[in-house]
Amino acid sequence: MSWYISAVKCLSRSFKSNNAALSGGRRGLTRIAIVGSGPAGFYTAHHLIKQCDDVRVDIFEALPVPFGLIRFGVAPDHPEVKNVINQFTTLALTDRCRFIGNINIGTDININQLRSYYNGVVLAYGAEEDKTMGIKGEDSYGVFSARSFVSWYNGLPGYENLNLNLSSGDTAVIIGQGNVALDIARILLTPLDTLKETDICSHAVDALSFSKIKKVIMVGRRGPLQVAFTIKELREMTKLPQCKTMIKHKDMLPYKDIISELPRPRKRLTELMLKTSSDGRDISNDDNVLELLFCRSPMEIIARNEITKGIKLEINELIEDANGGNTTAVGSGEYETIDCSMVLRSIGYKSRNIDPEIPFDEKLGIINNSKGRVVNNGTTINGLYCSGWVKRGPTGVILTTMNDAFETAGSIIEDNKNGMLPSSNTARDILNDIKGFEPVLFEDWLKIDEEEKRRGELVGKPREKIVSVLEMLQIIKNNKN
Amino acid sequence: MATRPLLSIAAVSGLRAALLHSRSIPRQCYSASILERRRKKAKDGLYNSRNGTVWVWPNQKRHYCTSPSENETENENISVTYIGKDGERREVKGKVGDNLLHLAHRHGIDMEGACEASLACTTCHVYVENEYFDLLPEAHEEEEDLLDLAPFLQENSRLGCQVILTKELDGMTVTLPKVTRNFYVDGHTPQPH
Repeated sequence: MSWYISAVKCLSRSFKSNNAALSGGRRGLTRIAIVGSGPAGFYTAHHLIKQCDDVRVDIFEALPVPFGLIRFGVAPDHPEVKNVINQFTTLALTDRCRFIGNINIGTDININQLRSYYNGVVLAYGAEEDKTMGIKGEDSYGVFSARSFVSWYNGLPGYENLNLNLSSGDTAVIIGQGNVALDIARILLTPLDTLKETDICSHAVDALSFSKIKKVIMVGRRGPLQVAFTIKELREMTKLPQCKTMIKHKDMLPYKDIISELPRPRKRLTELMLKTSSDGRDISNDDNVLELLFCRSPMEIIARNEITKGIKLEINELIEDANGGNTTAVGSGEYETIDCSMVLRSIGYKSRNIDPEIPFDEKLGIINNSKGRVVNNGTTINGLYCSGWVKRGPTGVILTTMNDAFETAGSIIEDNKNGMLPSSNTARDILNDIKGFEPVLFEDWLKIDEEEKRRGELVGKPREKIVSVLEMLQIIKNNKN
Repeated sequence: MATRPLLSIAAVSGLRAALLHSRSIPRQCYSASILERRRKKAKDGLYNSRNGTVWVWPNQKRHYCTSPSENETENENISVTYIGKDGERREVKGKVGDNLLHLAHRHGIDMEGACEASLACTTCHVYVENEYFDLLPEAHEEEEDLLDLAPFLQENSRLGCQVILTKELDGMTVTLPKVTRNFYVDGHTPQPH
């Protein structure tokens, strides 16, 4: 009997020692927590895990579902852009990466608590607010941020009941000339039959079926050479069925001769705009129209009984910098008014600070950092990093965020090699210590994923997104066996 | 009386077998025959635990790859040299019809392909050696539109997923661009403010 007991003791000893290793204790594992499961979070994890054998990454997400803007930002008619989800899914299924959803860092757990469990924490929570125009009437009914419109059709929980004013007029004005503005214009003007086959939310399809919007005007503060959208998206717009893209020929003429001197990306884009420009006589009454309007700044929303009826714009003059710097727009004092029932402002997203311990620059809307290492008044905070839009500002595509995340991961790897990462106060797993929360693990998300695909199949879509957090948690409970 | 030691042996074996299915036993504790059986299971893809891990043996690196690996075939006779971001050269063999992205992944070369070759990103951007660049068919408009967004664009830039191997490309060298900083559509560098 005694050898039986000693055998069990030997086994339980080895059990304990390996458990400690998994928690980053004796075997020297480096444990990193990432706040945010969008492209920035996942690409940082991807780079860390690929380059280091002894790193374990936990990715925290406030929602029960991962992938951030890939799921909630990329337009439903651009499914190829979302292919990167496959790569992230493979990563989340390895034993070196753990997804922990439905935990809000900042409110459920604060940064200092999180830092006590990990050797390093990466803030990659992006930008969940948007810039405002700061003009009179901006709170009228009919004025929305582009961000909330995108969240609405992409099913971000909390936006499904956005009360859009799609049926009281035929003109919508978008302030901003970036890719997000083009996405919204395209969703408003694409024939519904095409949209119905994408993963756009069904509440959006229902609302758009009542839409009377036939004309979308994209207003930019400066001129054709300063548009922020890219050529692929503009080309897609010009090929949209039953829709004409209207660029006034007289707006493009001043640039006809200098196009060849421009750098390649700007040159090709301006060439396409020149080719597309016309005098407007080829547009019939049946066509939907996307019109690009340059050198206009929003001044005031014209509202009656707090309902948007139009927008007053100031006409700008462009001042080119003699030294080749930025071209600036200066108001000329002349105004024009456009009648419209909906105004969407697409002038940029904005990050917010989730914890007072984080040195956040309110003016720039980013966390103070150098190469991803968080800096407070010139001093680098050991073990705190940032990645993605919260690090460099809310611009760029997935490629830019990928390179940015790789830079942060590179800083972490360097610090780890030089012994600069603080040791965590405990070798315990944070999930064992937090009480009263319902963390959602990756296999739980896979159940939600399966259910969304099943529902989508019933209506001929790739998936029918679930938009209620309670429903998501209920599906997980129902499938726990 | 003789049954008692037998029962104990059975109990310990049972306990050990139960513990084997957790990951908590250090690998050194296993006997050779158990290791052999598990190696076979991992190779056959049968041993995938609940969260999809594959058991790794001591001293074997877990090769985390972004696409499934395939076996080399006899038709692979087109040699391509990849020069990585840090200057490291690797010569690999591909076959007619391979594209540079999947070839790189098959050989564990560090090349990103976020959109999985569907012309929706620029992460597989490469520079093709000039004399071979001229042998490639012209890029479609879609590829050119995406290349506009590639940082450090050069005359000999292409998207790796669109370069398809032919016999004439034997001996080609491609270079991966260095990691980039922020960029703007027109190559503008923001002034410090």
